[in-house]
Amino acid sequence: MSSYSDLEAEAVPGGAGPEPVRGRSPFRLGWERFRRDRTALLALAALALVVLFATAAPLLAAVTGHPYDVTYPDTGLDLNGMPVGPGREFWLGADQLGRDVLVRAAYGARISLLVGVAATVVATLLGVAVGVLAGYAGGAVDTVLARFMDITLALPYLLVAIVLASTFQITAVAGSLALTVVVIAFFSFAAMGRILRGQVLSMREKEFVEAARSLGAGPLRIMRVDVLPNLVAPVVVLASLLIPTAIVFESTLSFLGVGVRPPMPSWGSMLGEGSDVFQTAWWLLAVPGVLLLVTTLSFNLLGDAVRDAVDPRAERLATSRAGTVVEDGEG
Amino acid sequence: MLRYLVRRLLFAVLVLWLVSTAVFALLRVSPVPVERVIGGPRATTETLDQIRHNLGLDQPVLVQYWGFLRRLAQGDLGYSYVNNTAVTRLIADRLPTTVWLVLGAAVIWFVGGVLIGVLSATRARGPLDRAATVFVLVGLSTPPFVMALVLLYLFSTRLGDLGVRFFEAGPPMQEHFLQRMILPWIGLAFLMVAAYARLTRGSMLEVLGEDYVRTARAKGLTERRVTYRHGLRAALTPVVTQFGIDVGVLMGSTIVTEKVFGLQGVGQLVYQSIAMGDTPVVIGVTLLVAFFVVLANLLVDVAYSLLDPRVRLA
Repeated sequence: MSSYSDLEAEAVPGGAGPEPVRGRSPFRLGWERFRRDRTALLALAALALVVLFATAAPLLAAVTGHPYDVTYPDTGLDLNGMPVGPGREFWLGADQLGRDVLVRAAYGARISLLVGVAATVVATLLGVAVGVLAGYAGGAVDTVLARFMDITLALPYLLVAIVLASTFQITAVAGSLALTVVVIAFFSFAAMGRILRGQVLSMREKEFVEAARSLGAGPLRIMRVDVLPNLVAPVVVLASLLIPTAIVFESTLSFLGVGVRPPMPSWGSMLGEGSDVFQTAWWLLAVPGVLLLVTTLSFNLLGDAVRDAVDPRAERLATSRAGTVVEDGEG
Repeated sequence: MLRYLVRRLLFAVLVLWLVSTAVFALLRVSPVPVERVIGGPRATTETLDQIRHNLGLDQPVLVQYWGFLRRLAQGDLGYSYVNNTAVTRLIADRLPTTVWLVLGAAVIWFVGGVLIGVLSATRARGPLDRAATVFVLVGLSTPPFVMALVLLYLFSTRLGDLGVRFFEAGPPMQEHFLQRMILPWIGLAFLMVAAYARLTRGSMLEVLGEDYVRTARAKGLTERRVTYRHGLRAALTPVVTQFGIDVGVLMGSTIVTEKVFGLQGVGQLVYQSIAMGDTPVVIGVTLLVAFFVVLANLLVDVAYSLLDPRVRLA
């Protein structure tokens, strides 16, 4: 990326550039790089639409006159009991019980975004806490925590999540949401924790940490003042890539009927409940399926762009997108 | 080496013990009363008490736990609450379907992923690499159950022979094995192909930038030889590591695929057992899957230490 080296060259003190050197924070640099990434802006626009869709859910319910949990057997189902397709009454068709797919999809968007973000926040807090503690403490604490993270990563998470969700037979919507968030966070934090642990492990041997230590700073102060600020970039990158994973996780649990409880719709449960009539009612597959794909794809694109912008060195080779490869083995 | 092996084995046993204890504890706090599952909704209080007594549920928890561990050590997983069949028998009936499902998908995703990864790494920035990158992004963003549903939708109406009517119960070794398994294989492998393409590409690019690859080129070896003999061999190490772990984990993650395609494997067994409150079966399958995962990890670690002399055996 030539733009990056340009920025660096500009920042060299005493450079012979015509403009005076301006101080720019790492995030300002990141934002400038991000703004030039057309794919990222497209993904951001798509996500803005999804957020708008989710926000407008009550509005859509009011305009169509169809609350998400009300069935319309007379207008929503035909004489054979099959759901009616997209039309004037039901803009995106009705589901197998005669409910409005458009309104339900909008409420489902709320669930996906809510669970995705909430689970990511919880997983990030947990991952940072465990990762930093394991990396900084070392010794027995590190061994136990690292092994624990290995185990949670190696568990067949879907199976355990189903056992967990069905053990606590929660029927309330709020309770099932909370449990879903906790289950997802528990199985996602280790991915972040392990990487942060490695970073802290190497960081604590660095000179600036040693300097802080020799000046008499305690471990807590070192972690807060010296270690954590250096982890902001990787945490932001890892967190932005956690969101789509969490959304897929939630939809899978709801698809299997152990995620968010009915009557609250989720894209996953819409796909699960409608799967018997897909052959005649394709919109029951298409609407939540496309929404789910667009959302996760946009978050993934955005996460990649955030990584490129915030931390241009990080795993550039391993995961770089087309057109941004710097080295290709010939150099 | 021996010390290392013993340590890893002990750790594997420790993990299995932890998992079994966790599952035991979890199902003990479950609010679903076991005697109701067996006795049905109209059973009298005496019947319910009798069932509790027969199962030993009227004894202290620690006594129950000790009995559970002792039977477990003897390979006795107990009997299903629902149809009183030995859990080991139930699992043995269902296991082949799941094993075939995972193995078939594993072949597809390993070969497909590595192939795409190598091709796009050797043609970095070319049109093929760009296409592969788009594929990887879409693949990684598609939830496996959505992929399975789409496949089923497309093929059950459009292509009769690959359609739903082949996804019936029964061991997959029978007739129409390929027709019956091809869609589940693709559904299960799709996301993994993308993941492995990304992993291989990254690993390959890294290796091709190493000094010894330059040396190989300087010696005048053909590009083909450099790529495959010197590059791919080293680049595959992390891929193979991941592969071992994923195959183990996937053994417990076929629930969705089996449900969508109506395959009667271990995943469906545990899914149905959870719905019916059939605790022994749930514990049995969970332990079996944990066993596979631990075994896979063990094999990978040992293979890794044999393959890569830099890995310390401490």
